[in-house]
Amino acid sequence: MTSKSTTTNEYENYYVPAQSHWPIVGAIALFLIAVGAGNYVANIDTDEGIGGWVLIAGIVMIIWMVVGWFGNVIDESMEGRYSKQMDASFRQGMSWFIFSEVMFFAAFFGALLYARVFSVPWLGGDGNNLETFQVLWPEFQAAWPLTKTPDGTTTEAMGWGGLPLYNTIILLASSVTAHFAHVALEQNNRGALKAWLGLTILLGLGFLVLQVEEYIHAYSAMGLTLASGIYGNTFYMLTGFHGMHVTLGTIMLIVMFFRVLKGHFSPDNHFAFQAASWYWHFVDVVWVLLFFFVYVL
Amino acid sequence: MTTATDTIADVHDHGDDHHDHKMTGIKRWILTTNHKDIGTLYLWFSFIMLLTGGAMAMVIRAELFQPGLQIVEPDFFNQMTTVHGLIMVFGAIMPAFTGLANWMLPMMIGAPDMALPRLNNWSFWILPFAFGILLSSLFMEGGGPNFGWTFYAPLSTTYSNGSTAFFVFAVHIMGISSIMGAINIVVTIMNLRAPGMTYMKMPLFVWTFFITAYLLIAVMPVLAGTVTMVLTDTYFGTSFFDAAGGGDPVMFQHIFWFFGHPEVYIMILPAFGIVSTTIPAFTRKKLFGYSSMVYATSSIAFLSFIVWAHHMFTTGMPLAGELFFMYCTMLIAVPTGVKVFNWVATMWQGSMTFETPMLFSIAFVILFTIGGFSGLMLAMTPVDFQYHDTYFVVAHFHYVLVTGSLFSIYAAAYYWLPKWTGNMYSEKLGKFHFWCSLISVNILFFPMHFLGLAGMPRRIPDYALQFADFNKWVSIGGFLFGLSQLIFLYVVIKCIKSGEKAPAKPWDGAEGLEWTVPSPAPYHTFSTPPKVD
Ligand code: HEM
Ligand SMILES: [Cu+2]
Repeated sequence: MTSKSTTTNEYENYYVPAQSHWPIVGAIALFLIAVGAGNYVANIDTDEGIGGWVLIAGIVMIIWMVVGWFGNVIDESMEGRYSKQMDASFRQGMSWFIFSEVMFFAAFFGALLYARVFSVPWLGGDGNNLETFQVLWPEFQAAWPLTKTPDGTTTEAMGWGGLPLYNTIILLASSVTAHFAHVALEQNNRGALKAWLGLTILLGLGFLVLQVEEYIHAYSAMGLTLASGIYGNTFYMLTGFHGMHVTLGTIMLIVMFFRVLKGHFSPDNHFAFQAASWYWHFVDVVWVLLFFFVYVL
Repeated sequence: MTTATDTIADVHDHGDDHHDHKMTGIKRWILTTNHKDIGTLYLWFSFIMLLTGGAMAMVIRAELFQPGLQIVEPDFFNQMTTVHGLIMVFGAIMPAFTGLANWMLPMMIGAPDMALPRLNNWSFWILPFAFGILLSSLFMEGGGPNFGWTFYAPLSTTYSNGSTAFFVFAVHIMGISSIMGAINIVVTIMNLRAPGMTYMKMPLFVWTFFITAYLLIAVMPVLAGTVTMVLTDTYFGTSFFDAAGGGDPVMFQHIFWFFGHPEVYIMILPAFGIVSTTIPAFTRKKLFGYSSMVYATSSIAFLSFIVWAHHMFTTGMPLAGELFFMYCTMLIAVPTGVKVFNWVATMWQGSMTFETPMLFSIAFVILFTIGGFSGLMLAMTPVDFQYHDTYFVVAHFHYVLVTGSLFSIYAAAYYWLPKWTGNMYSEKLGKFHFWCSLISVNILFFPMHFLGLAGMPRRIPDYALQFADFNKWVSIGGFLFGLSQLIFLYVVIKCIKSGEKAPAKPWDGAEGLEWTVPSPAPYHTFSTPPKVD
């Protein structure tokens, strides 16, 4: 981590990269994604427009950028251009990035808690809202999970047993295996590293498969959709964004796996591996919160 | 690191001749990883945005010059107020501060560059694209966003026009830019300070940007979440902000202002850092109460997270909520007062001179304080029922943002122009810019207080006859203030082209590492860190 013992020598070696074309590639990619997605969404009812294609082009371009940019970073690191100080910059950068992700989820958790604690009970006449209740939707019954909205949309609630519970166990287990992989790397035990990392990836993929299965079941058998009122909204936004993060985390782990196969990383120089594993633990913690607030309570 | 030190040294030499020459032409600016280049890009971009947003303000003031509808349709008027607000907040003020951070932070802490230079380039270059999208939405069928910069649901959901998706994605990109920029600032400050520069030895400028960056990392993702919910409410049938589905439009306001109030401090804390640099320089005294400034800044940042609902006093919150948010808001006046006291105490018995940066700084202290006082008035729940959504609020936030944030940015620009360009600006023209701005800005915003107290609502293209006189004056002030900003453009161009050569340290009271390097600052500074003691 941040070494307090930094000598002047290490300061001298802070690597300032030369010009790079990857950021502008990334900027154009983001532009295409935004324009494409905007166009796609704006025409979602009519299915017109080329937004979908622009969006795909943007995504392809951003993948190209990530591969090229991170490729440069990996090369520079393998050539020994990075000092301990650079390593610390990367680590701190990644930690604060994860913190920003925490705050992103906080917005949706905030919406969930607000709905449960305030808006749904208020619609049922709680607090000083009796009159509103009687005038607006006197039939409405406040409850959570909200299976019947004020305007009459109905749905079923997702229990926590079965798939969600299995998924909780899977993700918790994967956090443990990811930790063992890290320990193996620090002890320079490459065999164990590959095994534990591979297992973590399999668990991640298993989680995603079950999640898809859960969604299919919810949509087809339970009538629980994204548009099923505030319960469905918060359910899909939270689990959906979490699922996207698991997907990203799994991809990161897979890249790490191939880098391990190529012989990258050493016991005291493995920032990328560390970052991927931090990300994975973060995704886990979010799931545990999700499991309690979305499914159990 | 397993590699031996000598390999590093080798590579280092090699790396040096690699990056010491800069590319020429447009490529230099697009591909650059240099903090000074990127700072320059941010600053020019923000000035262009200032003029763009300013042009929209001219449309608004032209329409409001007289009662009745003369020039634009009400719907277009609403698009103008919305996009004006968005551009000024996200396109002018915030990028200007990021530009200053890029230029000055590495030099002030003795670092070779920002910690993550390529990310730095990306943070900048996504911005023009975001604003390109936002501006182009004005030309789309149905028009651009018309729901106010605060995009309250259901205006931005149920009743919005077809371009809302573009608004949402543009805001996403602005958010990414801010978060990445902020991460870079935090990491640079934590990790790249010269040996011997402990946290409590950092210039106050550095401290304020440090704390601001934390605020950004904490609240920009919440903004991203908010616009995402607006997107799904508008296009995918969710009802986060719709009571018919169990949601609540008031919930929108809670989530938005949880971002929004820290956001206003994101736009003022760096300004505090700037005047805490310029006032001591032109007073030839040390800043009074350095450590109390650090603690005051931190407490303002902390408090900014627990006052958001002072924007929502009239939404029918439970009484306990109204009281809590009223008292917390008033509490902010304490650390803010500490700051104002310290600036005045710094000037007390100093040997002051009044160059342009100092003039803007003194105006800042006085006029920002006026904005703070109107803020206190607004913070009183019972009276806010009267003032809310009137021109009084408009007066308040323009005093803190224009005569506050923008004036501080001008102070910073004049203060460091010699370091950036190597030339002195024309003091005469600078002072002309200052006095024109000072006089016109008060004609522009001061009468708004009276309009608001008399009950003129904000965000309307027409008004009752009794408001006509004040509005005429406000519009005249507005046009004059708009014109005055062109003087600045002229001053800067003239300074670059034909200013007198500047010495390394043109201000005799100035302190800090940036004055130890020549003017203009060399392309790379502090490749080896200076020793600070
Ligand atoms: C002494 C500190 C301050 C206090 C007590 C304060 C208080 C308030 C209150 C109560 C409101 C809501 C008024 C209403 O809508 O009825 C408000 C609005 C506003 N304040 Fe402040 N404020 C302070 C400082 C600042 C600063 C430093 C900035 C920015 C640099 C700022 C920017 C704004 C903005 C932009 C709005 C209007 C938002 C909108 O509705 O569009 N304020 N302030
Ligand atoms: Cu506020």
